[in-house]
Amino acid sequence: MELVMPVFACVIVLFGLIRRVRVLDVFMTGAKEGIRTLYNIAPTIIGLMFAVSLLKSSGAVDVICSLIAPAAQKLGFPPEIVPMAMLRPVSGSGATALLLSVFTDCGPDSFAGRVASVLAGSSETTFYATAMYFGSVNIKNTRHTLPAALAADFTALVMSAATVKMFFY
Amino acid sequence: MLNYIWSGIVLLSVVCSIFLGNGEKLSAAIVDSGAQTIQLLLTLAGVMTLWSGIMKIAQESGLTALFAKFFSPLLHPLFPRLDKDSDAFGSITMNITANLLGLGNTATPLGLKAMRELSVMNGHSDTASDEMIVFVVMNTASLQLIPTMLGSLRQSYGSNSPFEILIPVWICSACALSVALTIAVGLNKRKRRL
Repeated sequence: MELVMPVFACVIVLFGLIRRVRVLDVFMTGAKEGIRTLYNIAPTIIGLMFAVSLLKSSGAVDVICSLIAPAAQKLGFPPEIVPMAMLRPVSGSGATALLLSVFTDCGPDSFAGRVASVLAGSSETTFYATAMYFGSVNIKNTRHTLPAALAADFTALVMSAATVKMFFY
Repeated sequence: MLNYIWSGIVLLSVVCSIFLGNGEKLSAAIVDSGAQTIQLLLTLAGVMTLWSGIMKIAQESGLTALFAKFFSPLLHPLFPRLDKDSDAFGSITMNITANLLGLGNTATPLGLKAMRELSVMNGHSDTASDEMIVFVVMNTASLQLIPTMLGSLRQSYGSNSPFEILIPVWICSACALSVALTIAVGLNKRKRRL
């Protein structure tokens, strides 16, 4: 499993060489796009991380967690990732910020860190994607799109804790 | 919506810190959070820049197009009313393939193009067509073969095995996607029968 990333990157570069792509030039074009994306999402992340650190240091997060903990425990869900799970359908960069704060607090290989990783990898920013795609062609009546998409998010939430338990504990 | 969430969090925190007597910690957090976030952004910057660059090679070399050709027959049953050679179906396949490879920046414009073409077929109606629902639902579920960003971030935060979560991620995504598609396609069929 350690080789997934290096092999993936190598296959892509090799394929580029075979197809006679100027790999480094293309890489730099893409990298520039990556930096630009980061530049665009940086203010959101700074703003949300500010709010999250207030939430943590004020003790509000402990209050919320103690309220949600019994329900979360029943689903076998670590309370530390409740804020991330709640923000996930609304904001992608916000969820990334919260994912990293779970990594800092609990470590990426902890139960909470693993569940947060699986959840981040298997869900999307539902509201944002729906609003963007339907908004672009002036659709007002989205019929059963949101119920179907939110059912998927809920499935990902429950399954993330379940699969991590199945695989690691 | 984010405006309300954000201000709600800030207000709640201040009220909480007053009641719980954590005012001092809160002031410290206000000062520290900016610097900590910049550090986090630097990690994110390295990871995003690198993978955007590599995935651009996948796109320019035609690897994405090759994948799309492979996925097209698998996707067609979900859009039975679309012609296999139509522009709309072509854009849909390319969008889904780009998502599978983790090419977020490429997937979005292709998806918007697909929506425009579906809207023409739908007579520019303001009610979503069956195809639009299936397509958007697929875009709100996460489909990624190799979550490179996630793996890199886990690694940079000291994971011993950054990709140990790969198979759970696949299982979880597959379950979420099946639930979404079952509901979307099922309700589409019910409407047609009415």
